[in-house]
Amino acid sequence: MIVFEFLLNALAIGITFLYGSMGETITEKAGHLNLGIPGIMSVGSACGCAVLNVLCRDGCPVHPVLIVILALLATLAGGALMGLLYSFLAVSLRSNQNVTGLAMTIFGVGLAKFIFAKLEVDGVFYTRSTKYFRFPFANTTSSLQYIGILVFLGIALAIVSSVVLSRTRVGLHLRAVGESPATADAAGINVTKYKYIATIIGSAIAALGGLFYIVDFQGSQEAYLTVEAMGWLSVALVIFSTWRPYVSIFGSFVFGVLYILGSYLPSFGLKVDMATSNLIKTLPYVVTIIVLIITSIRNRPENQPPASLGVSYFREDR
Amino acid sequence: MTDPAEKTRDLTENANRPYALELKGVSKAFGSIQANYKVDLQLKHGEILALLGENGSGKTTLMNMVAGIYFPDEGQIFVDGEEVVIGSPRDAYKYKIGMIHQHFKLVDLFSAAENVVLGVNDGSRYSIKEVNERVRQIADRYGFNINPKDKIHEMSVSQKQTVEILKVLYRGAEILILDEPTAVLTPQETEVLFSVLRQMKADGKSIVIITHKLHEVLAISDRVAVLRKGEHIATVNTAESTESSLTEMMVGKKVSLNIDRTEPHDTAERLVVKGLSGHNPEGLKVLDDVSFTAFGGEILGIAGIAGSGQRELLEAVAGIYSPDEGEITYIEPKNGDRVNLRKKTPLQIRELGVRLSFVPEDRLGMGLVGSMDITDNVMLRSYRSGRTILLNRNDPKKLAEDIVRDLEVATPNLRTPVRRLSGGNVQKVLVGREIASAPSVLMAAYPVRGLDINSSYAIYNLLNDQKERGVAVIFVGEDLDVLIELCDRILVINSGRVTGIVDARTTDKETVGFLMTKSDDRPKSDERGGNS
Repeated sequence: MIVFEFLLNALAIGITFLYGSMGETITEKAGHLNLGIPGIMSVGSACGCAVLNVLCRDGCPVHPVLIVILALLATLAGGALMGLLYSFLAVSLRSNQNVTGLAMTIFGVGLAKFIFAKLEVDGVFYTRSTKYFRFPFANTTSSLQYIGILVFLGIALAIVSSVVLSRTRVGLHLRAVGESPATADAAGINVTKYKYIATIIGSAIAALGGLFYIVDFQGSQEAYLTVEAMGWLSVALVIFSTWRPYVSIFGSFVFGVLYILGSYLPSFGLKVDMATSNLIKTLPYVVTIIVLIITSIRNRPENQPPASLGVSYFREDR
Repeated sequence: MTDPAEKTRDLTENANRPYALELKGVSKAFGSIQANYKVDLQLKHGEILALLGENGSGKTTLMNMVAGIYFPDEGQIFVDGEEVVIGSPRDAYKYKIGMIHQHFKLVDLFSAAENVVLGVNDGSRYSIKEVNERVRQIADRYGFNINPKDKIHEMSVSQKQTVEILKVLYRGAEILILDEPTAVLTPQETEVLFSVLRQMKADGKSIVIITHKLHEVLAISDRVAVLRKGEHIATVNTAESTESSLTEMMVGKKVSLNIDRTEPHDTAERLVVKGLSGHNPEGLKVLDDVSFTAFGGEILGIAGIAGSGQRELLEAVAGIYSPDEGEITYIEPKNGDRVNLRKKTPLQIRELGVRLSFVPEDRLGMGLVGSMDITDNVMLRSYRSGRTILLNRNDPKKLAEDIVRDLEVATPNLRTPVRRLSGGNVQKVLVGREIASAPSVLMAAYPVRGLDINSSYAIYNLLNDQKERGVAVIFVGEDLDVLIELCDRILVINSGRVTGIVDARTTDKETVGFLMTKSDDRPKSDERGGNS
């Protein structure tokens, strides 16, 4: 059954990338390249874990549902605040998006490490809450022991955001903003509003990936050290899935398989050393580059990033 | 619709109705430039009104005020006899006014229907199927050849234009304004557009078509309103007009500018262009068998409606644009060697002394780097000539100082990025740099566009100086008065063809204006009759 466990674990780790890439995709659809995703995931998860730490300090006296909801809300709020900061810098002040994003990552990762270090001093209690993110009826023999509610929430959110992007007026307007803000502006769409809201919602969703990774998938107090890497993989997944949330459901699974393949090879009877196993973890980046090459060669506009990605919009520039 | 019976019916039906659109005393100024001054205009129900005027006569500005892009400084706008305030394109749609701009505003990745419905929020549930259906209905009604599901990036220019028209119709516009709709179309596509316009007119829509092509005015419009230098000259019935009567209204009486002009002396062949033809990326022919000779020691003017191939012609000589066929020969002033420029790279052509300055559509993009200062921009032309790996900044700095002093460039200092300078000063830097390299051919396109009077005269003097030194100056201009007073000869280009080379000392504005606008392919005699 090792293969089954491997696949379930791949699905679970993939959900981290799914949240991150979904958030990034929504932001990029508004024309904003947000390289702050790793920082946003770090800060969001730090906020969630800080709340969990308080709630679970004395053996989790609060109702489990409330624990989960409060943790999710704190994570969403942390991510949204980071998104708001990014929007203010990149939309209102029209700062360079790459620089702003990288600064957000540097700032976010640092801030999160500070918060987690503080939690370690106070005593780590958030790891106790992992069980509340699983289904209560899933016992140790059920395959559901590996995949909790956030896995299903992630997939559901990806489907919903796909439908919103492709089938609704809001989605049409958002895509227009990312493709050609001047056209959207001329059509009476509030470009700034769309950019702000998409970035904030996207950042909040991405933050959930961080919380999922630390509390659910890893459930360990060292997990926060690797959230940043998850963030970068999420950004790569956006490119891999050619800016389509429903493709990223599949893409996140592929990334998950490739990411944990190295650590499972010994179980499959293949002897690999530590270095090789870590090298295998870079495979998601390799397949992303392959996808980039293929889509660049085929050069279909549908598979390209939103046309105004990375370009600040200023009405008077026309 | 020239069927007399139909016309009478139209007239009686609309006789008692107020004008569909009426402007009274509308003015608009941009800074010190008066774009429109107290313009009165009336558009009747169910008519096609042509708005005619030269480049910069204020046609587009006037209509932009109706479409809510600009707000008039003074004057009133009436729709159906009621005074309205139009503050945004949204307001314009509220009064059923829609404008199709020259530059399309479409999302390339979207389908036609998605572009049409973009920004429309009528409260109903969004369903792309229903939008497709409605777009198809409108398309069928007016005979548009378009599939609502096609993506914009797969479409031809004329189809894109159709989508723009559909956008306006979808929003329920009764008054349509088209800004130079035929500028991007082939003659066949123009015919299709005209038949669509006639159909919309028959459907009771009122249409304003902005244009400077006389034969189109005669072919499609019921009445013509002529603007000149921002003022309304007259509105006449098309049936009572001819190309020459319209030209006269368009160009107006000659204005004396008193530009110094010396007799050319020691002229010698410098640049011989023969049979130059070429097309643009869209496949439209932009140069058609262009031949001329430019002499050292004279100023050759190039007159033409904007976009008639002037840019491509100059760029072909400079080696930037590669034409399909034709010869460009440069004659060395020193030894008389004939050099084929088509075999040379732009850099080699520059080194021969052929200089292109000013492409005003993109002043900064073509010639200067906006974020660099004057010295660095001057250095762009000389950095290759250094002998060491380090840049020599002293000479360019001295040259920059000379330019700033001689041309009176208003700048805080030499280190100010050029994009912070005003347009006129940017142009002075550009021309100063090009002249400093002692060219033997100097091409200047619209060097005085947007400049005030004093700066303009400073540029004219510079060009005259160069002429005195035996340089072959090619001057592309838009103001006919300037062309006639500054140049020695004027080449008139019209849709990529040379329609005449005239002596500037003996010609007059009407002649040049007529050459600029007349069409070789006379509209077929049945064109005015349309499809009735």
